[in-house]
Amino acid sequence: MTTAAEFAQQLKDEFGELISKPMEFRGEITVNVADASCITEVCEFAKTELGFDYLIDISTLDHYGEDPRFSVVYELSSISHRQQLRLKTQVTEEHGELPTVTSVWRTADWHEREAYDMMGVKFTGHPNLTRILMWEGYPHFPLRKDFPLEGKPTEVPDVAFTQTAPMDGGPFVTVASSENTTHREPRRRNPEDGK
Amino acid sequence: MTQKTEIGYNSKVEGEVIHTTVDAAVNWFRKNSMWPMPMGLACCGIELMAAGCSRFDISRFGSEVMRFSPRQSDVMIVAGTVTYKMATAVKRIYDQMVEPKWVIAMGACASSGGMYRSYAVLQGVDQILPVDVYIAGCPPRPEAVLEGLMKLQSKVAKEPWAKQHFKPTAQ
Repeated sequence: MTTAAEFAQQLKDEFGELISKPMEFRGEITVNVADASCITEVCEFAKTELGFDYLIDISTLDHYGEDPRFSVVYELSSISHRQQLRLKTQVTEEHGELPTVTSVWRTADWHEREAYDMMGVKFTGHPNLTRILMWEGYPHFPLRKDFPLEGKPTEVPDVAFTQTAPMDGGPFVTVASSENTTHREPRRRNPEDGK
Repeated sequence: MTQKTEIGYNSKVEGEVIHTTVDAAVNWFRKNSMWPMPMGLACCGIELMAAGCSRFDISRFGSEVMRFSPRQSDVMIVAGTVTYKMATAVKRIYDQMVEPKWVIAMGACASSGGMYRSYAVLQGVDQILPVDVYIAGCPPRPEAVLEGLMKLQSKVAKEPWAKQHFKPTAQ
């Protein structure tokens, strides 16, 4: 049976310098794709040649203050081989776009719309790149690090409005703790002190 | 009439006539047949369903007729998290309800946004609707829903209906 590490190596053999050395963490294999504009070809190869027939999720990360600012993460799964592989790629804030993989997996349609809606990363060639959770006309991308937790006031007449939420000294956060649940439960605290 | 009733009405003595005030009669009609509009938006909706089932039996208070049409309902029970995306729809459904109408905000989310101090959640449905009764809990138990309904009934019982609708004529 071919393992995910071997699949990652096959990916590297095919694309060479574009694919990083496979990284393993807790049994999960991740490879980095150096050029985001090649993501469709890499995914096409992973599906047709390696048998990754199922795209579990596409997620995005905001490394605010760093360059490139955004990471896009593809969680691939092969049902026939029972293996999973993670692809990562980077997108800069100025460029802010990468090609769609909807031509490879149709399920990427909604995943990419969610990534666009929450993080503002654009997917070129997407058949219908509109907001999926927020409404058309909402001006912000709420999961970006520079977007405040309490939100911003907006209004799209006859569609929806938003206001800022009262924080009351928050944010209310949990802490990792081996103490009882009373100690762990969300309280008004500064995440830096962990108290 | 052998059985003694609470109001002490005896048809043998008093005949076929009952004396009361318009307010008392109208409010009595209203408060004992409040048809809810179940605005179930989250987990509170499940507790609302439990309140309507046989164990808790909301029909003991005349509210078993859950109407999914706002045109036929008297009290909107907002049960759950009202997101900003849903807020316009909730307001529109409230506007479609016929007067007189009341609103119960069921649970922490509908009352104040609850644990969702967030860009996506309306911080209490009272920002768009006139709420009559707030029910605490996350989610409230069905008993709490019934308690809230009884609170609303006692509020309706005190409404000066006649004063609102008829002006005293100047002599």
